Amino acid sequence: MIAEAGLVALWFAAMVAGLQLLLGVLALRRKGAVGEQAMAAIGPVAIVQGALVAMAMAALIAVFLNTDLSVELVAENSHSAKPWIYKFAGAWGNHEGSMLLWVTILGAGGALVAWKERTLDRATHVATLAAQGAIALGFYAFLLFASNPFARLNPAPIEGQGLNPLLQDPGLAFHPPTLYAGYVGLSVAFSFAVGALVTGQVGPAFARAMRPWVLGAWVLLTIGITAGSYWAYYELGWGGWWFWDPVENASLMPWLAATALLHSVNVLAARDGLRAWTVMLAVVAFSMSMIGTFLVRSGILTSVHAFAVDPRRGAFILALLGLYIGGALALFGARIGQVRAGRSFAFVSREGGLVVNNLLLSVILGIVLIGTLYPLVAAGFGVRLSVGPPFFHAAAGPIALVLVAVMAVGPTLRWRSDEAEAVLIRMLWPMVAAAGTFALMLTLTGGMGVLSLLGLSFGVGLIVASILPITRRNWRRTPLPIWGMVVAHVGLGVSMIGMACDSAFTAERLVALYPGQATIVGPWRVKLDRIYPNVGPNWSALEARLTATRDGDGETLRPQQRFFTDPPTTTSESAIATRWDGQLYTVLGQQDAATGRWQLRLWWKPFVTLIWLGGALIALGGVLALVGRWLKAWQQRRREALWG
Amino acid sequence: MKRALIWLPLGLFGVLFVVIAAGLMRPADTGVHSTLVDKPLPAFELAPMVPGKPGLASSNFGTGKPRLLNVFASWCIPCVAEAPQLMALKARGVPIDAIAIHDKGPAVAAFLRRNGDPYSAIGDDSRSRVQMSLGSSGVPETFLIDGRGRIVRQYIGDIRADQVDQIVRDMAATR
Repeated sequence: MIAEAGLVALWFAAMVAGLQLLLGVLALRRKGAVGEQAMAAIGPVAIVQGALVAMAMAALIAVFLNTDLSVELVAENSHSAKPWIYKFAGAWGNHEGSMLLWVTILGAGGALVAWKERTLDRATHVATLAAQGAIALGFYAFLLFASNPFARLNPAPIEGQGLNPLLQDPGLAFHPPTLYAGYVGLSVAFSFAVGALVTGQVGPAFARAMRPWVLGAWVLLTIGITAGSYWAYYELGWGGWWFWDPVENASLMPWLAATALLHSVNVLAARDGLRAWTVMLAVVAFSMSMIGTFLVRSGILTSVHAFAVDPRRGAFILALLGLYIGGALALFGARIGQVRAGRSFAFVSREGGLVVNNLLLSVILGIVLIGTLYPLVAAGFGVRLSVGPPFFHAAAGPIALVLVAVMAVGPTLRWRSDEAEAVLIRMLWPMVAAAGTFALMLTLTGGMGVLSLLGLSFGVGLIVASILPITRRNWRRTPLPIWGMVVAHVGLGVSMIGMACDSAFTAERLVALYPGQATIVGPWRVKLDRIYPNVGPNWSALEARLTATRDGDGETLRPQQRFFTDPPTTTSESAIATRWDGQLYTVLGQQDAATGRWQLRLWWKPFVTLIWLGGALIALGGVLALVGRWLKAWQQRRREALWG
Repeated sequence: MKRALIWLPLGLFGVLFVVIAAGLMRPADTGVHSTLVDKPLPAFELAPMVPGKPGLASSNFGTGKPRLLNVFASWCIPCVAEAPQLMALKARGVPIDAIAIHDKGPAVAAFLRRNGDPYSAIGDDSRSRVQMSLGSSGVPETFLIDGRGRIVRQYIGDIRADQVDQIVRDMAATR
């Protein structure tokens, strides 16, 4: 019953989305009463669409919470003996459910645009909502015709097949919604761009309307990627935090595009420059989100994240992709000529710095895209290969370092034009800091990798440079968006230091020990006390008790080999001791059949936590900027109300 | 120039679209292919697995005639399914050597009694060392080694009845 109600809500949502598109076309094409009525109706219609699709999602969550095994999706992905939180999150831990979650957030985003957006001119607003309706319509069709989440199973099985244990982790329960909300925030920017191309209204007002959406999406993507990276780090038990897996790349590409967009939209808002470029980036950012989702869902790239390998579904989404991205790019080609060129500027200027930043981000984006798709191209020529860290590090690393240098200089530049010599003088302290770090590391360590050494030095330099813009200011009168920029840029520097330290100073040990034996990893002495069984709600485990000691400091760690029965899977649950200067990471392996010794994998990772701390700072910077913009808009409205 | 630039993104997306569409058309190939195909057989020397049958060394190959190298195990069910095809190949004059992985002599002897013995020599690779050096990821797998000791072909999985003729032809085409 609940499942059928969900399906009905989904059909209605699809029809309402069609109506939303139709009303938009009417409002823009017809003058007079019909157009006026269509214009007035489209907002409420978008809100109704959001409510309907939310009902469908709620129905899916309800059947998962009840473990209604007569629903095929539940039977295939859930199990009655699963903790409720994973039943809840299991609703989107599969192909159909995750696609429904995607359109739900899309619908909610459209409703929010209809309800809250007031800065945009009316025609562009209507065109934006029509574009949102068009995107939603395609994905509804995909759900209803190719991926129905509410399909019934007759007869119902006695028990479900369970959720992949790797996904049974509280962090991962909320990882997909965060990333999806980020992707969908970018869909709003995409719709804005399409709307603005239709009406030709590209200017500061358009940029100011789009900015909060881009910022919000970017913050969510940052959080999603950072959290996903930490999940991979502690859950997979490989001790790495980024694997250049196609799906990681799929989330990184929209983030890179959104980062570029975030900066160019500021130029458009503040200086009325980079009009065409900003529109282009808004299209690219969401296109990358869709391509990313598509690559993951279609199974054409093998990945740990692939849910469904079904070429028919792939063909369907590919057709949607061609329609939306191809359509938007064609519209761009046809209409951008009619958008007046923005204001010009000198090369050495804040705008110039931002253009260079944008170009470098685009190049990195291109490298990641090529690296991700290259195995596919090579397969076409009969060559099987995988593109891994060596390619990405060698190709993107040096460009990322140049980008960091531009990041250091950029915020200190003046708008419109600046003096090159003055810039050099301003960069004195950051350069001293970077060179000092470089020299210090070279003498202290002797041999560390070039990329790590440069990464560490540039990271330190970036932190010093990022603080410069606020050193001469009155802190209480410094606007929040400036603080946001400083915090985010410092965050990237912090993250870089973490990455460099992790790759340069990590100590790794793979040993086989009898209980009672000890070994040394980095500054730690780790003793295997004993091995004993343990049980949880839906797993049993072999657990090791390790005592780690380091000059008076000690901690007991309990890594596990965990066995799940539904589906039958073994996972390594790592145990991590966190200290201010790094993490001790322990994984329990197999017992050696011949000798009876236990394999242990131990890592001492100095300052590795800085990677995610930096990520959190980057996101915090975005939040500060967003709050700052809201406060300013609110104050302005209040002032207008008072004097108005 | 400016106009061309405006249409460039659409063109790039078109290329991307074609690449992805082509990738979608091709069925996924999930086999793990050895990178040693077309390369010389790595050097190894394995002790005999069962009494009365010699062990296997890389020097057994490359003596002017092509030979098959079968990687199997007595505990492997597809290897049982494959056994009649190997016997058929032997009957048609194809010389076959084997590497038994993670196995014990008595178990292999019992396997050969039950399923037939197509092998001229069987090497004992109890820790899969040689299997891994061959770039083989599971059992059964069969390699075709030419008369100069180079790996010419890799057959992944059990050899099916309809593959026997093809393998005989492959052998004939190899020197």
